[in-house]
Amino acid sequence: MNDPVDVLIIGAGASGAAVAWSLAETKMHILCLEQGGWMNPAEYPSTGRDWEAKFYSDWSTSPNVRGRPEDYPINDDNSPIKVVNFNAVGGSTVMYTAHWPRLHPSDFKVKTLDGVADDWPIDYDALTPFFEENDRMMGVSGLTGDPRSPLTHPPMPPQPLGLSGPLIGKAMNKLGWHWWPSDTTVATMDYEGRARCINLGHCTPACAQGAKASTDITYWPHAIRAGVELKTHCRVREILTNEQGMASGVVYYDKDGVEQFQPAEVVIIACNGVGTPRLLLNSVSGRFPNGLANSSGLVGKNLMFHPYAQIYGFVKEPTDSNRAPPTCLWSKEFYDTDLSRGFVRGYGIQFGRGAGPVFEAVASEQKGILPWGADHHRVFRRLNGHRLAVSAICEDLPEEHNRVTLDPVLKDSHGISAPKIDYTISDNSRKMMEHGLARGREILEAAGATDICTNSPIPWGGWHLLGTARMGTDPARSVVNEWGRSHDVKNLFIVDGSVFVTSGGVNPTSTIQAIALYIADQMKQRLANLFD
Amino acid sequence: MSADTLSTAQRDDLRTIAAMIVPESAEYKVPGADDRAIQADILATLGRDTEQVRAALDHLARLAGKPLAELDTAQRDQVAKEFRATGGAAAATLVRVVLQCYYRDDRVLRSLGNELRAPFPKGHTLEQGDWSLLDPVKARPATLRRAP
Repeated sequence: MNDPVDVLIIGAGASGAAVAWSLAETKMHILCLEQGGWMNPAEYPSTGRDWEAKFYSDWSTSPNVRGRPEDYPINDDNSPIKVVNFNAVGGSTVMYTAHWPRLHPSDFKVKTLDGVADDWPIDYDALTPFFEENDRMMGVSGLTGDPRSPLTHPPMPPQPLGLSGPLIGKAMNKLGWHWWPSDTTVATMDYEGRARCINLGHCTPACAQGAKASTDITYWPHAIRAGVELKTHCRVREILTNEQGMASGVVYYDKDGVEQFQPAEVVIIACNGVGTPRLLLNSVSGRFPNGLANSSGLVGKNLMFHPYAQIYGFVKEPTDSNRAPPTCLWSKEFYDTDLSRGFVRGYGIQFGRGAGPVFEAVASEQKGILPWGADHHRVFRRLNGHRLAVSAICEDLPEEHNRVTLDPVLKDSHGISAPKIDYTISDNSRKMMEHGLARGREILEAAGATDICTNSPIPWGGWHLLGTARMGTDPARSVVNEWGRSHDVKNLFIVDGSVFVTSGGVNPTSTIQAIALYIADQMKQRLANLFD
Repeated sequence: MSADTLSTAQRDDLRTIAAMIVPESAEYKVPGADDRAIQADILATLGRDTEQVRAALDHLARLAGKPLAELDTAQRDQVAKEFRATGGAAAATLVRVVLQCYYRDDRVLRSLGNELRAPFPKGHTLEQGDWSLLDPVKARPATLRRAP
């Protein structure tokens, strides 16, 4: 048996890294178990001539396609939106667009404001210092003063507008609609040991330059220097409990596949909105026959993605193609509820700068706008390097029938039951998506785009995995309390996107990490009576 | 990937269908996707797509009834149309494999005006663009929805 640790963190991604770093100052013995390994930037796609092809194989966003030993399979056949993630030190921050909006203050009060879903048990103000701390740690670029977003103070200037930005800006100005340079975690100047962005372009599947923040190069070096221990290629199978109903530790498979028991005084789960319910549901015992921390029956339920309604077209002017980070601008024009639109809540918009030649050829052929035969070359040259994209990132409201369960057949390489997703897009979300497509078409037409195509939803767009272990003050209606502690197991905490009560209409990683830092801070303040 | 990943007949059909997807062009000074080097790249890098491409070629062979190259142009076009319409994920994979190898060929990239290199370490230069476009947005009052 391994020596006991004070704190055991499961997962070294966005939230696990943040909570590890924050708790390090307590000088407790902190151990993190991560099923993936350290990534080698020298092997990232943009270092090779076949950089685009890798997006369809070893660097696919889908773990089912990628199939690395570090990945676990996910049965998402019964969902129009497929789960995408990455499993390594850094987690899905290794493979994300680095778009960095925050949830708005109004997102925490949807019941009060709009009569739907539930209010969060915490508010934006409680998270403000942790948003700021997180922005410093991750290294954010952007422009302060957005009149329709929460006030931020990015330590670096925004990404250049490039060729695509002005085309979008002119179109939005023509329509009189809001737009603003996005906050992103792409370093626009040398920052804390990270080199500035040199526009490798293909930055979603990992940044070889290290300009894009991922927690393997932001939080983890600090946390490890402060004494946190990180063991890689260790996949946790289940959390065990003792006679008092407290978590006693975890069973995991080490890098050699050997089963180990790791005792711990405190267990923190940071495995995302699919991995976390999977682990809890796999942690069955006589005392917890329906899975750990599941007296409410809500573990795995209320899964929220953000359905993405994407529309794109092609302008006469050259765009940035693959020569820039993929996203640089956002709009909050349709973020807030306006019932005259036919739906409640709203969506953010993120704009796409363009795509590389392989992606363009494959996508346009599939859409039927790039022909086979003699005309292929002429049409391709009209499309390639001329794409602009508009994506409405729609707020998904919690519904219990959207859920993560355990697949009765599918297992990972260690024989652990895999997650199964059952998910449908609600009528409200569908109306929101249709609205987003219609407004997106107006934007593209204002930019002079033709050959307009849609992806609604983006099928492999299940980046944001939220709501499956929601926080709340009522143990019958939530899995963790307002500071992340399980209602049922007093030394078990959850710090990832599972705890979201609602989803907002923006990319959630900034908020996920702010919540992780907030929960860590709450733990530090309560160390003397953490289990009361 | 060994050269015998696909049978001779399958390789012949792959070459024929590739040329139908992207034919040679004197105007743009580019080879077709049936070019020897591009075909070699496809075969060498099939990897995890091998089974799907095999399935696509089996489907294509059933539709054609004989080697694709032996059909006349009208018959070939009809088979190709049906192949794309009914071939599902396998056909899509075959087309994607052809295109991803075609659009990384040096001659093709040169014709498109692209540099023949990986993005890293040189990267690209991105111009700042016209930031005055943001002035109308800055001039509007803040309208962040308040929370109680």
